[in-house]
Amino acid sequence: MKKKAQIRYAVSFVILIVLLLMLFFWNINAGSVQMSVKEIFDIIVKKTGEQTACNIVWQIRLPRILAALLLGGALSVSGFLLQTFFGNPIAGPFVLGISSGAKLVVSLVMIFLLSRGIASSSLVMILAAFVGSMISMGFILLVSRKVKRMSMLVICGVMIGYICSAVTDFVVTFADDSNIVNLHNWSLGSFSGTTWGNVQVCAIVVLISLALAFLMSKPMSAYQLGENYAQNMGVNLKAFRISLILLSSVLSATVTAFAGPISFVGIAVPHLIKSLMKTAKPILIIPGCFLGGAVFCLFCDLIARTVFAPTELSISSVTAVFGAPVVIYMMVRKQR
Amino acid sequence: MMDEKKDYFVYTDKMTVGYNGEPLIRDIEIRLKKGEILTLIGPNGAGKSTILKSITRQLALIAGTVYIDRQSIREMTEKDTAKKMAVVLTERIRPELMTCEDVVNTGRYPYTGRLGILSEEDHQKVQEAMKLVHAEELADCDFSEISDGQRQRILLARAICQEPEIIILDEPTSFLDIRHKLELLTILKDMVRQRNVAVIMSLHELDLAQKISDQVICVHGSKIERYGAPEEIFTSDYIKALYGVTKGSYNADFGCLELEPARGEPEVFVIAGNGSGIPVFRKLQRKGIPFAAGVLHENDVDCQVAKALAVEVVTEKAFCEISDSTLERARALMHRCKKVICCLKEYGTINEKNRLLQEEAEKNGSRV
Repeated sequence: MKKKAQIRYAVSFVILIVLLLMLFFWNINAGSVQMSVKEIFDIIVKKTGEQTACNIVWQIRLPRILAALLLGGALSVSGFLLQTFFGNPIAGPFVLGISSGAKLVVSLVMIFLLSRGIASSSLVMILAAFVGSMISMGFILLVSRKVKRMSMLVICGVMIGYICSAVTDFVVTFADDSNIVNLHNWSLGSFSGTTWGNVQVCAIVVLISLALAFLMSKPMSAYQLGENYAQNMGVNLKAFRISLILLSSVLSATVTAFAGPISFVGIAVPHLIKSLMKTAKPILIIPGCFLGGAVFCLFCDLIARTVFAPTELSISSVTAVFGAPVVIYMMVRKQR
Repeated sequence: MMDEKKDYFVYTDKMTVGYNGEPLIRDIEIRLKKGEILTLIGPNGAGKSTILKSITRQLALIAGTVYIDRQSIREMTEKDTAKKMAVVLTERIRPELMTCEDVVNTGRYPYTGRLGILSEEDHQKVQEAMKLVHAEELADCDFSEISDGQRQRILLARAICQEPEIIILDEPTSFLDIRHKLELLTILKDMVRQRNVAVIMSLHELDLAQKISDQVICVHGSKIERYGAPEEIFTSDYIKALYGVTKGSYNADFGCLELEPARGEPEVFVIAGNGSGIPVFRKLQRKGIPFAAGVLHENDVDCQVAKALAVEVVTEKAFCEISDSTLERARALMHRCKKVICCLKEYGTINEKNRLLQEEAEKNGSRV
């Protein structure tokens, strides 16, 4: 049995990595300019080939792919951290309104800076998103003290999300800068227009947070037995809770800052990964979630880009189409 | 006082516990050595769990100090405590996708490194603990799909492989059927003996508490009402008072509960002895018929039950032949009853006079 489980974990990781590589190349290939595998290989490895194709790959497609990969992974891990924190599999940055809080503050900061003619840097955006996340998170934590039922908490989170979105829409509608068009696109959620600078910043933030989250997998697995047992196993609850909240907020804030709010990835992916591996051990699930989230977002971005090309769908619509059914299925199964 | 502290593994000094700074129970003085079991009893809501939670540091102490192995728990780090103390709690946990072995594995956490990966030695200890609670075959089962009894054993195994010097259990036998109650407590008792650990637990089953504990604390109202050996605590009257029992009674010798007896003028007289009367007493009690019983020797099991259930019992001193005066009293009582039931088939020398009662009843045609 133990052997079987280990094989299962190994196979799961192999599947995820293979899927990731497949989608990676497919994503590079797909689009208005078609390229052969050999061309792509040449462009990436040897940096040779036709100039336009080279530009398309290096300036447009690659950064976008890397962003989708990193941010998708970050979002899933953030969801998993929140699920551990609330002891419930339907918690996630989107349903709890944390992404929307981040979105609101980012829009406010963007408009403020744009109106003064300052271009906002990646770090400022992340910071703004983080502040927004923490505000929403604060509300959720306050509510969670009052309501014990998770379903109520989720409803509150969705409400917070709506309020934030409404305010964001309001602000965006009345902001009178031509750059707002970008803002509008961003607020729907998209990986398009990612630059190498963006990728760099988000890689640093995401990878550091991810490493920290991975280091927390021991107290997290203790926490899965409930806080009292966790405490008995030597977990410093206060420090643990704070770091969990901070990490999940940083991760989801980074995503929101670059790609806008993306729905359901944070719930659907951890669930799928847990079902795939048949375990909830954080030490396996955290890397699994990262890979899974990357695969999921690459896949969804591919669809967003290509299905109705040249019109692009918002990434959030695509993730909702695939993620929401998973969430509904989970809730139904949980009721039984 | 320092010397005294050295003698005990758990030593509390004016420990006061409660919620949100509000003291609930004051001045608790526990003195417990390794290899001993301390049981907390008392009515629901008396604060047994509050005391346990304060020792395990889930609740902050309001006042006083708890010393474990001569060290104040306030000064211990989480890690220190984790290596000394293990808990089995009442709350029902439903971890996602964890096998029983995974749950037991968590007991080794205080001993593992940063990532919590278990070494070969850790795995061995997990296996030993599972064996001790007879749960090896459960290792690969999903924890949320096993029965309450199995779950409790797994949680105990988790506590055991934490290699604690003290185990705290909050009502470990709730939700369990009698077989599993006995199994669990037997495992606990064995472990206390083999590994010389201290145990503090709360129990609702007085009969079991009486049998397993070395010390008993009675929590009642805002204080520890009594603290001592089970022999001192478990008297029928005291237990009745502790729980405020008004209906029925508690027999401390047998640890059994009796329902409220039917009151009023006795309608049936039961001649019994040597345990033959108990089923009859119970039947009458169920039907709500007030009855009297006699003549019972004080060392007869029937006597214990009859005292709890009958309106009146005529008794004779243990090992003595029934005296004439006792017979007279029984006869008078029998005549007041409409019916007589004789449960005795044989008579010995000391209860020979019961035969006279039976014959007389038969003559009057009132025997059933």
